Amino acid sequence: MKTRTNNLSIFSLNQVRTISKKVIREARRDRWFWLYCIGFMALAVAITIAAVPNQTLTGSKGFGRTAASLVVLVQLVVPLMTLTLGARYISGERDSGTLVFLLCHPVSRLEVLFGTFLGLAGSLFAAVVAGFGAAGLFSALRDTPIEVGVLLKLAGLSWLLALTTLALGMCISVVTRRASTALGIALFVWMALVFLGDLGIMGSTVATRLPVELLFLTAVINPIEAFRLASVVVLDGSLDVLGPAGIYAVNSFGSTVAFLAIGVLIGWMIFSSLAAGLIFRRGDQI
Amino acid sequence: MIQIEGLTKKFKKNVVLNNISFSIDAGEAVALWGTNGAGKTTIIRCILGLLNYEGSIELNGLDIQRYPKDARSIVGYVPQEVTFYGDLTVAETLNLSAQLRHISQDQVSQTLDLVSLGNQKGKKVRELSGGMQQRLGMAVALLGNPPILLLDEPTSSLDVDSRRQMVSLLDSLRGPDRVLVITSHRVEEVGMLVDRVLALEDGQIIDECSPADLSSRQNLPSWLHVVLRPDEITEALQTLILEGFEAQLNGYGLLVNVDKDDKASVLNHLQKASFEIMDFEVWR
Repeated sequence: MKTRTNNLSIFSLNQVRTISKKVIREARRDRWFWLYCIGFMALAVAITIAAVPNQTLTGSKGFGRTAASLVVLVQLVVPLMTLTLGARYISGERDSGTLVFLLCHPVSRLEVLFGTFLGLAGSLFAAVVAGFGAAGLFSALRDTPIEVGVLLKLAGLSWLLALTTLALGMCISVVTRRASTALGIALFVWMALVFLGDLGIMGSTVATRLPVELLFLTAVINPIEAFRLASVVVLDGSLDVLGPAGIYAVNSFGSTVAFLAIGVLIGWMIFSSLAAGLIFRRGDQI
Repeated sequence: MIQIEGLTKKFKKNVVLNNISFSIDAGEAVALWGTNGAGKTTIIRCILGLLNYEGSIELNGLDIQRYPKDARSIVGYVPQEVTFYGDLTVAETLNLSAQLRHISQDQVSQTLDLVSLGNQKGKKVRELSGGMQQRLGMAVALLGNPPILLLDEPTSSLDVDSRRQMVSLLDSLRGPDRVLVITSHRVEEVGMLVDRVLALEDGQIIDECSPADLSSRQNLPSWLHVVLRPDEITEALQTLILEGFEAQLNGYGLLVNVDKDDKASVLNHLQKASFEIMDFEVWR
């Protein structure tokens, strides 16, 4: 005779909350997390201090030199931080044996994965707020305050980029057995996205005379480039700074290009999360 | 309470478990006995749903693949190598486990007292000795008083005294509504703790017997574990090898292969050579 005792739901928010609280507690004790946070905050402050007051790069006043420098900082540091944090998390738990400790409880793999994602996302939110908060504070102290609206928009987009690359990192984490391997792959992906995305496209454009539509597509499909595109548009700068792809984007999509870029970021996040969930659900977990 | 039918597990092309079937009723204590690589731990991990497998496993009528959370809610598990979050304290570790099991925090203190860790609540897990970590693993498994206990070599990393305490604790956990599944390669422990032994070899059940019959049916050699002063162990090992014994270093002492009717000869040789014997026991 078949008997069921508890009828636990397949997906429980209580379990997710317990896991995410554990992850946040661990992040607070993780020296790598603190290193990234302090580094990001220090660089954001340094950029604010070094920026020439009231000088704009191009376009309207909102997209000043400080904002442009912060965009560059975010597109380099945030993906590095999130890809590596995400990549070494589940694989690290598997490596150390603590994943078995978690999974021998009445908790589903999806709850573990989602709870971990939420916990890391919360920790990263604090890191982003600290970085932009420090930048805003120092710019105000120098009597050249960055507009609060600009800071908030940039912080919001940075967090979205953080979530996207975090999901990508967690996807790497569930397919690798060892944290060291996951970390290596994450660094490779970061380099590919940052350097190949930018320099690679420039180089291949010159070499292959890529049509501008294809050049735009190649650029916007890269989450880091999508973040840059969205930032420039949302912060009211001119897309001329992005070269021919930017001009093509403005001509073809007008102001909706920001939605397109944000859509790409959200799309990457959903795709990576779904892929991570499917892989993690099916595989052997030790 | 545990029903396993046609359990097969492959890692790529390597068949680790081959069409295993058995059932365990409420109140039974069963040992999965076999050498390293026989498949004992893999069976436990399949029962917990940590590994994918072919066949079916039901715990109290719950298919572990269809209802993994419900099935795991009635299982307590002690892994062979207990691993916790090193930065958490003993109490935090058990609180985390209690939250995941939807158990009130009141039970945490009771369970810690049960495994004699009540006075270690505030200590970080990484500061605990191996024996204490094993007891913490036991506490995590016992939290909520689950009817099924899966114990994977629960005494493997313990010294002689801690092992005796653990065996005594496990013995006290037996009851009419509880199932105990223990993997072990120690015949004497198996004899003390279980009603039935499933002997495994190369991923198959090769024998099913009572613990009393295991030694004779499996034609097992006996080993004498002799605990000596640490500074004398190497010299004692050389002495026994020169006397013609098959001996090796093992933890706090030496492991010597002995005839089942002549175990004392090892001790006599060591005493004649003036080595101080601090403790000894027979392993099979």
